[in-house]
Amino acid sequence: MRSLIRRTASDAAPRDPAPSRLGYRYQRLMLTPGFRGAVRIGVPILLIVAIAGSWYSKPENRANLSATIAEPKQGFQQRPQLMVQTMPVTGGDLDAMTEVTALLPTEFPFSSFDLDLEKIRADIEALDPIKSASVRVGQAGALEVRLNPRVPVALWRDGATLRLIDAEGIQSGQILARAERLDLPLIAGDGAEEHIAEALEIFDAAGPLITRVRGLVRMGERRWDMVLDRDQRILLPGDRPVSALDRVIALNQAQDMLNRDVAVVDMRNEARPTLRMNEEAADALRRVSTTIIDDGADN
Amino acid sequence: MGDLYDSQRAMRQMRKAAMQRGVVAILDIGTSKIACLVLRFDGPEQFRSSDGVGSLAGQSQFRVIGAATTRSRGVRFGEIEAMQETERAIRTAVQAAQKMANVRVDHVIACLSGARPRSYGLDGTLNVAGGMVTEQDISQVMASCDVPDYGVDREVLHAQPVNFALDHRSGLADPRGQIGNELKTDMHMLTVDATAIQNIFYCIKRCDLELAGIASSAYVSGMSSLVEDEQELGAACIDLGGGSTGISVFMKKHMIFADSVRMGGDHVTSDISMGLQIPTATAERIKTFYGGVMATGMDDREMIEIGGDTGDWEHDRRTVSRAELIGIMRPRVEEILEEVRERLDAAGFEHLPGQQIVLTGGGSQIPGLDGLASKILGQQVRLGRPLRVQGLPQAAIGPAFSSAVGLTLFAANPQDEWWDFEIPAENYPARSLKRAVKWFKDNW
Repeated sequence: MRSLIRRTASDAAPRDPAPSRLGYRYQRLMLTPGFRGAVRIGVPILLIVAIAGSWYSKPENRANLSATIAEPKQGFQQRPQLMVQTMPVTGGDLDAMTEVTALLPTEFPFSSFDLDLEKIRADIEALDPIKSASVRVGQAGALEVRLNPRVPVALWRDGATLRLIDAEGIQSGQILARAERLDLPLIAGDGAEEHIAEALEIFDAAGPLITRVRGLVRMGERRWDMVLDRDQRILLPGDRPVSALDRVIALNQAQDMLNRDVAVVDMRNEARPTLRMNEEAADALRRVSTTIIDDGADN
Repeated sequence: MGDLYDSQRAMRQMRKAAMQRGVVAILDIGTSKIACLVLRFDGPEQFRSSDGVGSLAGQSQFRVIGAATTRSRGVRFGEIEAMQETERAIRTAVQAAQKMANVRVDHVIACLSGARPRSYGLDGTLNVAGGMVTEQDISQVMASCDVPDYGVDREVLHAQPVNFALDHRSGLADPRGQIGNELKTDMHMLTVDATAIQNIFYCIKRCDLELAGIASSAYVSGMSSLVEDEQELGAACIDLGGGSTGISVFMKKHMIFADSVRMGGDHVTSDISMGLQIPTATAERIKTFYGGVMATGMDDREMIEIGGDTGDWEHDRRTVSRAELIGIMRPRVEEILEEVRERLDAAGFEHLPGQQIVLTGGGSQIPGLDGLASKILGQQVRLGRPLRVQGLPQAAIGPAFSSAVGLTLFAANPQDEWWDFEIPAENYPARSLKRAVKWFKDNW
């Protein structure tokens, strides 16, 4: 039987809504700024990372991904506009060019993305005859290599080998015989290659002697000896060798000194130039002087 | 007296911490409702409007950003009776206020209306021997007050220095730096039942909150509903609450007396409920809609349906005239007001220069109450509404919220209490450095 009286729950007792302890704590937690930020940003990031990680952990997905990336990359790099067709090498002599060409890629055409221009340049510059080089991909698919060769200024005799030395003292090549480069002055001795500039100065100062000069020898790694033909030597001092040489030249012009029987002109001591004669000349001189003394005694 | 104030000092520290964090909650635990306000402190004059008028009494430094009320459960006579129920009610209010503020609050300043407050006037004397009054002297003169034996089960809720006197000059607010011989102080101390405070502590702790201050609701509603000159000249604030009626007497901007009558609006409701044989909820509704205390001829003709759902037509269609309702309400209201009168007389209210009486609290909304109160309490009666504070919602500006609003003022700029002053050097631990410094100062 249904009750005739309508009773509602709300009449029985006033409703007192109250949050549960858990709900209350949850709300307070969510109102904490740090926690809220962590939930708002941290949880989505974590989810994304987890999903991406689980997808990436399967090898077929990884292969798929790399194929998807590689294909358009390949397609782009193989476009004809980006292919290298020719390779003009400029500057430098024939030998250098041959050497450089051996370092460069040979099969044309290839994509300019496959080139490591820095490495090519470093390889080229590591060659002896090349001072510096510029490598760039220029117009119309050309790999332009511009060489700046080393200019040898002297020959350096090191034992049996003859090296070509440029102004910085760096070797730019070797030759087999002195006759190949008669235009270059010859130097020798330990540490000679470090004082090329000084050596060249001395050679410039040689003036009239230049036809007689064989070369310069670095002595004791501090001073130069100028070697002339007929086994003559000019011993130059460590400092101001050029002025010493000038004095020798002046003496030579005045007295025709070097055409006489002199073995060594010793200019090491500036205040006291010394001559050493050959043995025969010395004997002859000694003989002549005794004769004169004897004659004088007779008189 | 030392360790008694430790908890108060701890609360004051916590209040400072809460102000630093910028957010503090106000919790008015009343008998009929629990109100929670969330305050945000942003430093002074943050919300100052562009018209250039500075706002009142430094209240511009905070703003109410969340407010919620809920029906109170488990509270009787302003004291917590059923902890679990009250805890749920507090949770409801705090959660709603937090939701509105969209910020988490950790610190709560609460007030309680019941707990049998008892006022004591203390005085202390200290001989400063012609020297300058220092802060140490002030704490010493306060320590020299002889404290009455107020009982072991009671706690000091407020202890405020009301007046300082130096030799023959009385009424000093701040005697520091002045020179005289004898420093005297008058102090007002308010004690309440310790169990009531412990219950509040416990309830708030159960809600994961920390109590950053506690105040008597009579005191804070006086702070919010008395205007400045009333506080200065002497006035009484009658906070007609649900389960208890708080009385606080102010003079020179200090509370000098507080008491509470253990009767309030709920008793009026239960009288109606018993007199008309209707449920309490209906009685409460009838009281708020049709209630009054001054009957007129018109009220005889105004019939009120009081209803019922027994199924008996005669019973369910009962009506009473408004005059009958007033006839039930008036004796109880008179009883409350007479009790208040008695308390005020006992406190010597008639000797104050100002005799203003301000009625506030939810019960003060009964129409005609000011007329009735002026017959019982004297001519200078007015109805008081709480001060306006920034951001308070429209629903919370009525007189029922005067103690909640007062608590916001209490939180923003509290008056100095005993425990805010320096600890007197004698009470420091024996090897304290301060004590050594004090000895040197005294002897060199």
